[in-house]
Amino acid sequence: MGQSITVTVNGEKKSAEVEPRLLLVHFLREKLRLTGTHIGCDTTHCGACTVLVDGTPVKSCTMLAVQADGQEVTTVEALAAGGTLHPIQAAFKQEHGLQCGFCTPGMMLTSVALLQEKPDPTEDEIRWALSGNICRCTGYMNIVKAVKSAAAQMKTSAAVPEAATAATRS
Amino acid sequence: MAVETPLKGNIGDSIKRKEDDRFIRGKGNYLDDVVLPGMLHMSIHRSPFAHAKIKSINTEAAQAVPGVVAVVTGALLAQHKLAWMPTLSGDTQAVLATDKVRFQGQEVACVIATDPYVARDAAALIEVDYEVLPAVVTPQNALKPGAPLIRDEKEGQTNNHIYHWEAGDKAKTDEAFAKADRVVKLDTFYPRCHPSPLETCGIVADINPATGHATLYMTSQAPHAHRTLFAIVAGLPEQNIRIISPDIGGGFGNKVPIYPGYVVATAASLLIGKPVKWVEDRSENLISTGFARDFHMSGEMALSNDGRMLGLRVKLLSDNGAFFADAQPTKFKAGLFHIVTGSYDVAAAHVEADGAYTNKAPGGVAYRCSFRVTEASYLIERLVENAALEMKMDPADIRLKNFIKPEQFPYMSATGFEYDSGDYPRAMQLALDKLGYRELRKEQAEKRKKGELMGIGVASFTEVVGAGPGKHYDIAGLRMFDSAELRVHPTGKAILKLGVKSQGQGHETTFAQIVTEELGIPAADIEVQEGDTDNTPYGLGTYASRSTPVGGAATAMVSRKLRDKAKKIAAHLLEASEADIEFDHGKFFVRGSPSKSKTIQDVAFAAYTDLPDGLEAGLEGVTYYDPPNMTFPFGTYLVVVDIDRGTGQVKVRRMVAVDDCGVRINPMIVEGQIHGGLTEGFGIAFMELITFDEEGNCLGSNFTDYLLPTSWETPKFEMGETVTPSPHHPIGAKGVGESATVGSPAAFVNAVIDAVGHLGIKNIDMPVTSDKVWEALNKVGAAE
Amino acid sequence: MLPAPFEYHAPKTMEEALGLLDELGEDAKVLAGGQSLIPLLKLRFASPAHLVDINKIEDLDFLEERDGTLRIGPLFRHKSAERSSLLASRYHVMADAAPQIADPIIRNRGTIAGSVVHADPSGDWGTVLLALDAELVLRSKSGSRTVKARDFFSGPFSTSIQATEILSEIRIPAARPQTGGAYLKLERKVGDFATVAVAVHLQMDDGKVGSAGIGLTAVGPQNIKAERAEAALRGARLDDATIKQAAALAAEAAEPRADHRGSIEYKRNVVRVFTERGLKRAYERARGGG
Ligand SMILES: Cc1cc2nc3c(=O)[nH]c(=O)nc-3n(C[C@H](O)[C@H](O)[C@H](O)COP(=O)(O)OP(=O)(O)OC[C@H]3O[C@@H](n4cnc5c(N)ncnc54)[C@H](O)[C@@H]3O)c2cc1C
Ligand code: FES
Ligand code: FES
Repeated sequence: MGQSITVTVNGEKKSAEVEPRLLLVHFLREKLRLTGTHIGCDTTHCGACTVLVDGTPVKSCTMLAVQADGQEVTTVEALAAGGTLHPIQAAFKQEHGLQCGFCTPGMMLTSVALLQEKPDPTEDEIRWALSGNICRCTGYMNIVKAVKSAAAQMKTSAAVPEAATAATRS
Repeated sequence: MAVETPLKGNIGDSIKRKEDDRFIRGKGNYLDDVVLPGMLHMSIHRSPFAHAKIKSINTEAAQAVPGVVAVVTGALLAQHKLAWMPTLSGDTQAVLATDKVRFQGQEVACVIATDPYVARDAAALIEVDYEVLPAVVTPQNALKPGAPLIRDEKEGQTNNHIYHWEAGDKAKTDEAFAKADRVVKLDTFYPRCHPSPLETCGIVADINPATGHATLYMTSQAPHAHRTLFAIVAGLPEQNIRIISPDIGGGFGNKVPIYPGYVVATAASLLIGKPVKWVEDRSENLISTGFARDFHMSGEMALSNDGRMLGLRVKLLSDNGAFFADAQPTKFKAGLFHIVTGSYDVAAAHVEADGAYTNKAPGGVAYRCSFRVTEASYLIERLVENAALEMKMDPADIRLKNFIKPEQFPYMSATGFEYDSGDYPRAMQLALDKLGYRELRKEQAEKRKKGELMGIGVASFTEVVGAGPGKHYDIAGLRMFDSAELRVHPTGKAILKLGVKSQGQGHETTFAQIVTEELGIPAADIEVQEGDTDNTPYGLGTYASRSTPVGGAATAMVSRKLRDKAKKIAAHLLEASEADIEFDHGKFFVRGSPSKSKTIQDVAFAAYTDLPDGLEAGLEGVTYYDPPNMTFPFGTYLVVVDIDRGTGQVKVRRMVAVDDCGVRINPMIVEGQIHGGLTEGFGIAFMELITFDEEGNCLGSNFTDYLLPTSWETPKFEMGETVTPSPHHPIGAKGVGESATVGSPAAFVNAVIDAVGHLGIKNIDMPVTSDKVWEALNKVGAAE
Repeated sequence: MLPAPFEYHAPKTMEEALGLLDELGEDAKVLAGGQSLIPLLKLRFASPAHLVDINKIEDLDFLEERDGTLRIGPLFRHKSAERSSLLASRYHVMADAAPQIADPIIRNRGTIAGSVVHADPSGDWGTVLLALDAELVLRSKSGSRTVKARDFFSGPFSTSIQATEILSEIRIPAARPQTGGAYLKLERKVGDFATVAVAVHLQMDDGKVGSAGIGLTAVGPQNIKAERAEAALRGARLDDATIKQAAALAAEAAEPRADHRGSIEYKRNVVRVFTERGLKRAYERARGGG
């Protein structure tokens, strides 16, 4: 039996009829075709599915789509709003913070929320904040560098793209 | 953000990766992102038992679930001669079990449905009546007389023994041992682990019932080889098969084999006439697809009193699981294990290997290494550590004493490898300096007086990568060459098509840079394509760090081929003789008058518009490169650990990694590869483990138990490099994707042994968990 | 891994939620953070016919000290505990435990109350509450009752809560001056449950132990309150001998099982070592240090 929900996804209201058991990650990937959110495990360990729900990182494989009714969900697709890369995206590329790219959307969204809470994190704070997102490729070294460099960038640039701020507002 | 670097992309330029733009926007196209009209979903019912006879399978309830289109069983496949398939090592493997199940998690039946949730609901309703048989879970038990016969369906197979294989010179080795002053022994087990890339394996099989064309989207590290194997297994005409390997979310060897799920999805698409998608769960990935290692090793090293290594003797016992499906060259039953003499000048060595069937998942793959090289490197580096310990020598000094010297290259090893180049003392010295090794030894001595446990681990690995040459190395009979096709368009932009397939290694950037170096076309103007068999030249794929050694060489060679033709065109344009034309970084000019020149772009345009008489139009070419030898990257890794005597916890305080992989095409990407490899090595050393209970139940079937390091526990790496080019590679590069996974586990374990060796503890097998460390300490009365 | 079908309810008030539970009984499960329940649904280890999601009910996310009691609401999440300056300054054992639960993203949703009701013997919060001598308020349509944490747990994943009840408040005696605590957890990596963990809560009076709470994680069928160790500390001076004795008693209270994380002897030893270290750290903090 379907249940109707309305979720604000990347700033747009999306209404759908869903089965209660549908996981948020499948709602995003299958129903809305936002395939930047990935699935890497069955047990809530990997964080490849991380999205922001009302600005907070959540593992979308461990939340029901019906629970997101009335809430705001931000996925990786919203980061480069208007085509301008969010500083975190630019930094991941600049510092070689990704290889296969599978963990990258989750990593970036967790990082965005971290920088929102702590604009100038230490290396240990970054490693701690990202410890719910597994990367098999990079060994985390360059991911940490990327987050640091994005932090520096966001501090100096007065003009963070408007949409990007909207995407990370909590 | 920082301005994009203006570098053109020559060799040595750390240009930013071309592929990143789609990934950082969430616009990668991975297997699970592929959606086709009318696509159905498959879910697999798997065996709960490690060994059991199948008495009956009842699929009625599953069939009845609304949305279920078909249920496929082994019996159905058998009608199409598809119930069994060949493995990469010439054995057979059940696609869906018909007679019995031989490991927990084995594929028994598949549901095809309109929705993945429904497929899952129905798969749970399949009822199988099993008669449970005793399971065999160790190779030692498997080889005991009277052990339950696992492969009873194989004609002539009367026990669980698979192969016996030897390398090296037994008589000479026995002689070396007879003359030795000391013999150091080590029995160690390299446990079963799993590459577990973040993306699991999957397929979307799309067979057009009208034309018979099969388009198979697959997470494949070797799409061309897979096409050929599919043609053979499924009996489809090869020209009708197109394999598309989309963006891959990590491979590490996991995506080399063909898995039963691929075959069933393909068969189902053929039978139903609609596309069928199957994407593994993580637990399916861990319990049924390509594991790695599971190798029991006994090593003996003969030494002189002053610490010279004289000989090496090794006995191996391999646990291959229920089907011998190792991904390795057919000639070498224990892969390239016989590289076991490592970085040392050892005159005599002999290796004996046996393989056994057990009731465990099949499909040994080389988790980020060339097959069995990691095991070999681990064994020799652990043996050297123990030799140093027993002879009271410094672990760095004993290595320096025994290294193959720079002037000995090319060096022929006792087991028949010709090492191309190396300077081992230089790499080690750099690592020791970076770490401040001698100072730390003093700190360690001080700490030891206070009863604190600190260790410094040393490992100086030598790897062998980049298979072929094709006369020695093959995959399922296919020679291990690789290919590159380069098309330079009239406007001077180019497309490079490769037989290899990136899984995150940055091919779109690195390979473009090789063309940039050879032809002068900026990397930004070169599109690199891989993974679509209709669209790329035949190649053996990406694993065993072979892309740069083989595919990279092919790229350099095809670029040179085009450069030769371009020279002819330039001569025509410059009205000079071809012999007088010189080339430098994208410019052709007449010798002696560099101002009279044409750019590669001018020449490319002329190749389509203004040709000398008798020359074919176009600037395109293809090369198949069969390397004359493998390449031998090396390096030294140093690890500092502190151990808590109360809990046995090991804390990695520092790690220094000095790698020499020859010429670095894109140093940024090379470092990234090493970071990743070190982290996987760290995981293997301390936490990654797939083990089984006595009944053959898999313990380690999801990330709750199969532990992967996070950013928090992963050490911070301090990097260093030396460059000793490969003399036979066109640009002097060696492979680097795997060195760190090969070399680092021994460095971590040696650090632990270095901390506790003086207490009489000589070995702790991986993963070195805190309880094992504490138990070892407790045994010698040194625990808190 | 996909859940089996169920019906979903998102009541807006506590009364509505309790009404639903009353009506649905054993067929329903409360959904709080979902960080234990949803994984179970996905693995199909649980397949309730109804979920009653309490996340849409207002005012359940609270932490406050009132009338000599620290009160925690059912939607107070791990992440809030991790960031609470109140807990950091006066409830060290909670502040220590919070960042060691699961991983940062799971902590964004998981709740303390959900954790306690889930009653995983390897879960951390139950142990912490045992050390703190907490009380649990269980509400149903017909009223509410209060249960001591030590009477609440009855075995692995089992407690005295009824299917019709909601854990509506956790109550902890407010910390007095000279209180110190610590939570030591041995885990194999971030995101792992404890192999062994020990919670210590000390209340010092005039240089002597006024009261002591010691809880043990993952070394028995449920979270354990090491009562003999607590008793041995009460009224004693915290010298080395006392600490060693209490640690030995705590180790005795543990009933670990051997598994791939370690032997019985190993786990007992870690309990002993952690109790010693925890007592020292708690003492330090009670005296205003660390
Ligand atoms: C990968 C992973 C690692 C983890 N590691 C740890 C760890 O190290 N330590 C640890 O302690 N926990 C760990 N957890 C569990 C986590 O802390 C959960 O958040 C917690 O166990 C459950 O809280 P929840 O709010 O998510 O509850 P839910 O999952 O929503 O519910 C859990 C159970 O409690 C019931 N319930 C919830 N709230 C109430 C209520 N107010 N009244 C009545 N019944 C209720 C539900 O019906 C259900 O049976 C881990 C979880 C994961 C997925
Ligand atoms: S998919 Fe792994 S945590 Fe969600
Ligand atoms: S980049 Fe591959 S998993 Fe992180």
